[in-house]
Amino acid sequence: MTPPVDGSSLDAQVAQWRAYLRRRQGIHSPDVEELEGHLRDQLAVLTDAGLAEDEAFLVAVKRLGSLDALSREFAREHSERLWKQLVMAPGAEEPGKSTRTEMLVVLGLAVAAALAVKVPVLFGVGLSPDAELPPFYARNASLFVFPLLAAYFVWKREVSVSSGLWLALTFAAGAVFANVYPFSNSERLDNFPEGSDTQVLTTLHLPIALWLAVGFAYARGRWFADGGRMNFVRFSGELAIYYVLIALGGGVLTGFTFMMFAAIGMNAEWFVGPWLIPCGAAGAVIIGSWLVEAKQSVIENMAPVLTRLFTPLFTILLLVFLVTMAWTGSPINVEREVLIGFDLLLVLVVGLVLYAASARDPEAPPDLFDGLQLLLVVSALVVDAVALAAIAGRISEFGFTPNRVAALGENLILLVNLVWSARLYARFLRHRDSFAVLERWQIAYLPVYSVWAAFVVVVFPVAFGYR
Amino acid sequence: MNPGKDLVAASATPLVLAILAEGDSYGYAIIKRVAELSGGHLQWTDGMLYPVLHRLERQGLLAARWGASGDGRQRKYYRITKEGRTQLAVQRQQWQVVDDTLRGIWMKACTA
Repeated sequence: MTPPVDGSSLDAQVAQWRAYLRRRQGIHSPDVEELEGHLRDQLAVLTDAGLAEDEAFLVAVKRLGSLDALSREFAREHSERLWKQLVMAPGAEEPGKSTRTEMLVVLGLAVAAALAVKVPVLFGVGLSPDAELPPFYARNASLFVFPLLAAYFVWKREVSVSSGLWLALTFAAGAVFANVYPFSNSERLDNFPEGSDTQVLTTLHLPIALWLAVGFAYARGRWFADGGRMNFVRFSGELAIYYVLIALGGGVLTGFTFMMFAAIGMNAEWFVGPWLIPCGAAGAVIIGSWLVEAKQSVIENMAPVLTRLFTPLFTILLLVFLVTMAWTGSPINVEREVLIGFDLLLVLVVGLVLYAASARDPEAPPDLFDGLQLLLVVSALVVDAVALAAIAGRISEFGFTPNRVAALGENLILLVNLVWSARLYARFLRHRDSFAVLERWQIAYLPVYSVWAAFVVVVFPVAFGYR
Repeated sequence: MNPGKDLVAASATPLVLAILAEGDSYGYAIIKRVAELSGGHLQWTDGMLYPVLHRLERQGLLAARWGASGDGRQRKYYRITKEGRTQLAVQRQQWQVVDDTLRGIWMKACTA
């Protein structure tokens, strides 16, 4: 191979071999250490015997046996390693920050998030077990947690001070717009036919707008390099799954709290309602994010797996629905819930497309699953077109309300995305374009959702007179 | 004439235990000792020794510790435990039985 062989090139070869070994699932780093010791002993003997270093390297590696056979043996001996564990071995991937410091920072931020939820109590806006959720909490829910989550990423990714300030400014703006508007009546949320629609819209849209700011912190300057955004999409999906899992555990914890204190004749409601649930819900976002960060390479990503599972099922659902509707001729019943329901359907389909894209090898040729995706997108479009026609009819009949305009806006945004996605999918299936084009389109579109959400938060209350 | 794969695998445990019964050692030295004892006839794929060592360690027959080697690197040393010695004795008896049996039939073949 290369003529000038010295110690450094041998070290480079050994390092390469190490890295190769390290990727094997059944072989852990102490084993790599042990095997490297063996390799170096062998090398020393062989070079003493007069072999050139690169020859010695080839012989020594060959004597260790094929890596496949070796890792198979290791895997058989350590079968538990195939069940990937949440090992946060020191120095595993990122040498910069020690896992211990990170754990402390995360715990600190989680506690801070939990306490932040209780800060408004000092100003007389409290949570009590028997009252409704005060709208103040609903409007500001994301502001208790997202800034701290962004702070975690600012710390972890060493985001520059100026970017940090921009982020802080964004969250401050969010806080201002959520709280300065004099929403009419607004003591409770649940009576929203009469209550303030625009306040409910703010509650729903502020988190979507601010999630983009979290994304900027997450991707740190790599936002415009496409990898950064796609990783943020993956992160969001995994976080959602982790959050659900943590919530399930929290539910069990809550149940036991009630049961055990009830057994000694005490009612734990004063603790569970105002403390355990809200503080736990806030802290869990931070903890969940940290788990996603820590386990990235450790556990199989779940979001793509679920996507694969549900894409065919939703495609069948949509097709059966369309056929039934065509067969019976029954029109879509336009209620408020239907409007929101069809928006959610589109969100779901966009999500399925997005996560399918996130898990796909852009180089791979089109396969059956891609055809299925296209079918899903097209049938969702048809269903949505039918729903849109019905909604448009209702608007022309009864005029605009904040809810209808918001739902219509979202519908159009998702529709544009899906129409273009369908086109790109079709081109990809006919080998006109590469899959990367579709992926780029999906992630380039992401900020649109947040910008629209911000628009709803900022403009709608004024435009509709805080109705 | 080198023994086949199955025979090598079967003899690995008693060999490793017996070598470690002579004194603490580490992977590379164990391989060398095997080659020495067998006159180079027992060919192990070097890497395969390590899963065996790890299995014996897990079964409590060996204990391992990391220590410094001559050139400043860390090296994993293995020591035979009490259970390991007991197991070695058992294995020795078993191999004895196999050996006696084979010897018996081969003697007969010779004398017949």
